[in-house]
Amino acid sequence: MSKLNVEQIRKDFPILQRQIEGKQLVYLDNAATSQKPRAVIDSLTGYYEGYNANIHRGIHTLAEEATDAYEAVRETVREFIDADHTHEIIFTRGTTEAINLVAYSWGNANILPGDEIVLTAMEHHSNLIPWQRLATERNAKLVFIPITEDGQLDMKEAQKLISDKTKIVAATQMSNVLGTINPIKELAKLAHEKGAVILVDGAQGVPHVKTSVRDLDVDFLVFSMHKMLGPTGVGVLYGKTELLEAMQPFQSGGHMISSVWRDKATWSELPWKFEAGTSNIADVIASGKAIEYLTALGMDNVRAHEIEITEYALNKLNELGDISIFGPKDATLRGGVVSFNVDAIHAHDIGQICADAAIAIRAGHHCCQPLMRDLNVMGTARASFYIYNTKEEVDLLFEALKEADKVLGHVACR
Amino acid sequence: MSLADDLYRETILDHYHNPRNHGVIEHPTAQVEGVNPLCGDELTLYLTVKDGKIEDVKLTAKGCSINTASGSMMSELLLGKSVEEANQIVDLFKRMMLDKKEEVELPDELEDLEALRGVKKYPVRIKCALLPWNTMLEGLDNTLNSSSK
Repeated sequence: MSKLNVEQIRKDFPILQRQIEGKQLVYLDNAATSQKPRAVIDSLTGYYEGYNANIHRGIHTLAEEATDAYEAVRETVREFIDADHTHEIIFTRGTTEAINLVAYSWGNANILPGDEIVLTAMEHHSNLIPWQRLATERNAKLVFIPITEDGQLDMKEAQKLISDKTKIVAATQMSNVLGTINPIKELAKLAHEKGAVILVDGAQGVPHVKTSVRDLDVDFLVFSMHKMLGPTGVGVLYGKTELLEAMQPFQSGGHMISSVWRDKATWSELPWKFEAGTSNIADVIASGKAIEYLTALGMDNVRAHEIEITEYALNKLNELGDISIFGPKDATLRGGVVSFNVDAIHAHDIGQICADAAIAIRAGHHCCQPLMRDLNVMGTARASFYIYNTKEEVDLLFEALKEADKVLGHVACR
Repeated sequence: MSLADDLYRETILDHYHNPRNHGVIEHPTAQVEGVNPLCGDELTLYLTVKDGKIEDVKLTAKGCSINTASGSMMSELLLGKSVEEANQIVDLFKRMMLDKKEEVELPDELEDLEALRGVKKYPVRIKCALLPWNTMLEGLDNTLNSSSK
């Protein structure tokens, strides 16, 4: 049984009181972005009302307070993902920017013509396009680890595909479509055996599964705070010290320098070398509150709650008969992401009928067009759960899907 | 029941379940692909235009109910019309869907399209309703260009 007190948790999230045309909001779009607890929202106003100042520059009280609060979050993040050093934590605008940073700064220095970049068939566009561009520029090759019928990574193929030619493996920790949790530790081992590095897209994984970069032995881990109770606009890049030290800056300008002359400059040390310009101070500080909130709940409890609700949802939705659910059948192999199609109904129609019942789900290609082609669908509907979701909400989703099936299902001519 | 009655009213459901003029034309005078990159909807429009008149129109669509129903209604209304009339009807329908300031009135013979007026309330779905019509404009344009050569 879940150790989370969901009823109590729900009280911490003001938006969950929201009514839409007289109906209680049911928020099942957490893989897109999570809702924010009061502590995070208060942190934002607390900063702007109490100690708004630019960091690392001023000598006045506000600047010192803001700098301390900002840098303290680096330590909070370090501890959360079990990294060795705080200077290995770099704040970015989000997962996408963090991947672009690595593809640019690490990629340009390390990828040569003929090299191979190994991805998986289930990557989000954000962990595909930067590598596509790098491969094109460098005349390198993209290689994709395929998925098995039930949506898991084909590790036999992975063993063959990760080779001496591989320079980097970039894989998602958890699929935002299938929910599959990938065997990152094994992938890291395969990569390291061949002298390659591994980047893990933790955008879906880190918010839901206890993640230790030390245990997984990954070289880069990237994730976004807004999917784990934090504000939008903050991402994290974790990188091993020796890799980050060797990399050139991604963006340049203020704050990332050590000494500047008219014709040359030297870079600041880690992590500031990669944080050009004024940082997203307020949102980083609020991100710290989000991590504190999750830590207080306990990530093991978060995971247990999600397994419970996902298992319930898989069973309940299957009662519909007319439904195809993608990804692993076993809830312990997947996160709280359930993608499905009902009969031949277009995902947007399902989304609309759910919206009319004040249920927020996602419908479409989920920024995974190649995977949609593999699954031979135009898109899917997707419900995704978090700490505040209940089985009653799954029941409401089920009722809405029944309605959709009644109104729009059983189309004869297509 | 909390269904969006405006969106899934009977006329739309009828056209969705039984789309008119569904299929292909072997040797059309124009064939145009319409794509909605945001939702991945795709349709192919086939047109046979002779002596400035739409003699045949067929559609194959992979899309949502709004897209399918809108294309079906369009094909029914434009079949047999002159290119000029067709362009006027497309223009009127687009104005009805897009005009935010005033309600654009439709003449009696286009009253079926009233069923789609409700889609206006759902801004993200307007493009679904418009896809067949924009594809039609392109098709009519192509026909004109090819016949004037």
